[in-house]
Amino acid sequence: MMHALRSLMIALFAIPIMAGLASAADTIKVGVLHSLSGTMAISETTLKDTILMLVEDQNEKEGLLGKKLEAVVVDPASDWPLFAEKARQLIEQEKVDVVFGCWTSVSRKSVLPVFEELNSLLFYPVQYEGEESSKNVFYTGAAPNQQAIPAVDYLMNDVGVKRWVLAGTDYVYPRTTNKILEAYLKSKGVAEEDIMINYTPFGHSDWQSIVSDIKKFGGAGKKSAVVSTINGDANVPFYKELGNQGVSADSIPVVAFSVGEEELSGIDTKPLVGHLAAWNYFMSVDSGINDSFIDDWHGFIDSRDRVTNDPMEAHFIGFNMWVKAVEKAGTTDPAAVQKAIIGIETPNLSGGISKMLPNHHITKPVLIGEIQDDGQFAIVWETGGLVPGDAWSDFLPESSVVEADWTERLNCGNYNTKTQKCSGQKF
Amino acid sequence: MVPRQVLRIGWALVLLLVALASSSVPARAVSSDLEPLVGKLSERSLSTKAQTIREIAEVGSAEAKALLETLLAGQVYYRKDDRRVVLVEEQDSAFAIRDAFSGEALGQAEKRSLKRVVINNSIRGFLRGAIARLSLRAEDPDDRLHAVESLYDELTPDTVELLKSRLVEETDDEVQDAIRVALALAALDSADPAERAAAAQRLAESMDQVVHVRLSALVREQDGDPDASVRAAAQSALREIDQNRSLYSVVETLFFGLSLGSVYVLAAIGLAITFGVMGVINMAHGELMMLGAYTTWVVQQALPDRLEQSIFFAIPAAFLVSALVGVAIERGVVRFLYGRPLETLLATFGVSLFLQQAVRSIFSPLNRAVSTPEWMSGQYVVNDALAFTYNRLYIILFASVVFAFLVVILRYTTLGLQIRAVSQDRNMARAMGIKSARIDSATFGLGAGVAGLAGVALSQLTNVGPNLGQSHIVDSFMVVVFGGVGNLWGTLVAGLTLGVSNKLLEPLTGAVLAKIIVLVFIVLFIQRRPRGLFPPRGRSAEA
Repeated sequence: MMHALRSLMIALFAIPIMAGLASAADTIKVGVLHSLSGTMAISETTLKDTILMLVEDQNEKEGLLGKKLEAVVVDPASDWPLFAEKARQLIEQEKVDVVFGCWTSVSRKSVLPVFEELNSLLFYPVQYEGEESSKNVFYTGAAPNQQAIPAVDYLMNDVGVKRWVLAGTDYVYPRTTNKILEAYLKSKGVAEEDIMINYTPFGHSDWQSIVSDIKKFGGAGKKSAVVSTINGDANVPFYKELGNQGVSADSIPVVAFSVGEEELSGIDTKPLVGHLAAWNYFMSVDSGINDSFIDDWHGFIDSRDRVTNDPMEAHFIGFNMWVKAVEKAGTTDPAAVQKAIIGIETPNLSGGISKMLPNHHITKPVLIGEIQDDGQFAIVWETGGLVPGDAWSDFLPESSVVEADWTERLNCGNYNTKTQKCSGQKF
Repeated sequence: MVPRQVLRIGWALVLLLVALASSSVPARAVSSDLEPLVGKLSERSLSTKAQTIREIAEVGSAEAKALLETLLAGQVYYRKDDRRVVLVEEQDSAFAIRDAFSGEALGQAEKRSLKRVVINNSIRGFLRGAIARLSLRAEDPDDRLHAVESLYDELTPDTVELLKSRLVEETDDEVQDAIRVALALAALDSADPAERAAAAQRLAESMDQVVHVRLSALVREQDGDPDASVRAAAQSALREIDQNRSLYSVVETLFFGLSLGSVYVLAAIGLAITFGVMGVINMAHGELMMLGAYTTWVVQQALPDRLEQSIFFAIPAAFLVSALVGVAIERGVVRFLYGRPLETLLATFGVSLFLQQAVRSIFSPLNRAVSTPEWMSGQYVVNDALAFTYNRLYIILFASVVFAFLVVILRYTTLGLQIRAVSQDRNMARAMGIKSARIDSATFGLGAGVAGLAGVALSQLTNVGPNLGQSHIVDSFMVVVFGGVGNLWGTLVAGLTLGVSNKLLEPLTGAVLAKIIVLVFIVLFIQRRPRGLFPPRGRSAEA
């Protein structure tokens, strides 16, 4: 019995390796490191499919450097240490040339040392808290200045908000973002007593007291708004409670940084209508390139009901940038691609051209959308041009002096302009 | 101030219209202003749109009001080719459209050929206000109440006059009170200090937010009311209001606590049977709840036309599904492991992972949207400081019913008698002719079925997804252990206690710390009293 099981295991492990060997010579391998099971599967499965679609499209066009692309998918199962193991497996055993993956900041922090040690490339597609720039990571999602700060500006200038609730789930992204936002609001003359900060555990489901507090806080005669960094799942009961307690979007709007089309597709959106989200892309963006992307996606996934969202667009941009950089460098060698990719420009889905910056972030437009009853967003505001991603926030005293530049000039992701010293990553 | 004037004209028009309508003259004459405005709704710029909508509100006719309502409901679209503004009826793959002005039917249209007239929050707010103001004479007293309350912020002399005349005709007490508050608010702007002071005194009765804001402004040090007597009156009114408010907020916290406690009780009570009565540590209990929640979703999908009632079908269905799976788990796994708690724990944990992944494979890892029936949304408003949300009220009710149902089963039925007999002394029960293996299955099935019922309740509160069970299993064990293993009443008291104490702590410490404090408290409590609040007594205690 044990014997049979062992040989079965060996056989199971051997198949992909042999399959890999057979095709290793004539393909370029693209690693996909997204959770397909566990808590994060809800968000990450879609991104895996996005990369598979992009790879398929590229192969249909002309391949890359005369070779076909081959996607290698692994499942890190929403388990942070497993992310590092799987990343190592992708790079060392599968010998992939690039990896697209991760969602949560903690998973990125977990794989970072692996990518730096083995000098491979990671494209990270999700909005995050900033305060990081690695030689081996390309951040195609939004930095805080490409999402949080413009959203607050919109509420302050266009909606006239005077009192602020910063509500978040208790982990690194909301804590850092709220620290930046608090500093920013104070720099704009908002008084201490007009800011309320609240953290809740992951998957929090009983929002009664918090919503009741928000209601009281917002009833003080000044226009109030909630800036929400509440993570995925916990949003549903939060919005439900808002609706039930009669807090409507026109009295106290909630602007969210983690609620997109995908998350809304699991929600009854009636009570949410009018609440806001800030992203760099919405499915409802009116542009030709977006229409054809959506058609591609529907064709690939074989369903017209599936939505597109911001991290998918980030993968779209990141993948195309990588392709262009490889073509420019004439090789998939990570060091050469790293050099070639800075300054590369590719179209984004809202009709503009995004550019890879020396700090490994990209330029993106910032859009504010209001949730509609069909689960889509109506765009109510957008930045005039593209906003360059800032790795180190200008609103935190300890970060405002830090700069990231991976060109010859500094070749450093954490350069202190005061002390003129380059410190390593802090992970 | 143009909008004020505009509003005044609007009011004049409303009055005119009402006069016209009551003398049964067709209101076409006024509506002709509407036609060019309707056409302008297809403008893309939000500020132009806002202006147009404001002008429509000024027209103030019944048609204008109806148009504003359809705008707010998001039914107004325009055709991409000729920019004709249309009303949309059906939301399937094709739309039935009719002209927004004349109501003339225009046949069907492709979804892609139409574009919605997008509105933003400020327009939506304006629409709500405008519709409410146009409803001051509505049939429904609630509408009239809203209409009056929406006027609190903009009390011009004209509206005051209008409200005064309404007060005489108004028959509903609540609306009358609201009008009195509005008049008192207006009197706060009076030039006569005595009148202002009297108004402030009268406002002490009202719990409305606007009142609180206005009174607080009066007593402010720098820019408050110049007259000392007015300030004193406002101060005493505020004191009274604040006193009432703190009283209400205690009631509110208790309600929050009870409703959270009811969720705890619902989630834990099935466990109280399997763990408490049978002594089986069932780690898959959470997943049985998850199955109940998914059953609710499936039932809702199967009955798309009966959204409001589907939950009543979901309750028995969820009970059955979870109970059957529970029996299968007992027959397939647990029964081989009686008396080996550690193995049971591991095996059922495995089952829980298996069930989670099964759900992921069958229903996709995405959460499923269970919509809340209309009668469960919203809240019962006592006043501005106190309201009870309906879904929580129903959860409390549901939890009590389920609890009573279980107590009745265990105490008054043969099955209950046998379950108790087996749990107290298995060998003796067998000697009396009870088939203990069958009773084990039935007990486990009962516990599992109740977990399914909890799942129905949870589907109305939180996400229906593969992780639903995981997030409630720890709380459930906590409640059962705290209450005393094997005691339903213990579970009830423990669940409610934990719910209330959690909610009492939350405003002071924040949600994260409140949870930690409650956990630490339980750990310490279990140290002192390892058998929980209500320790089992008598023969079963030694088993």
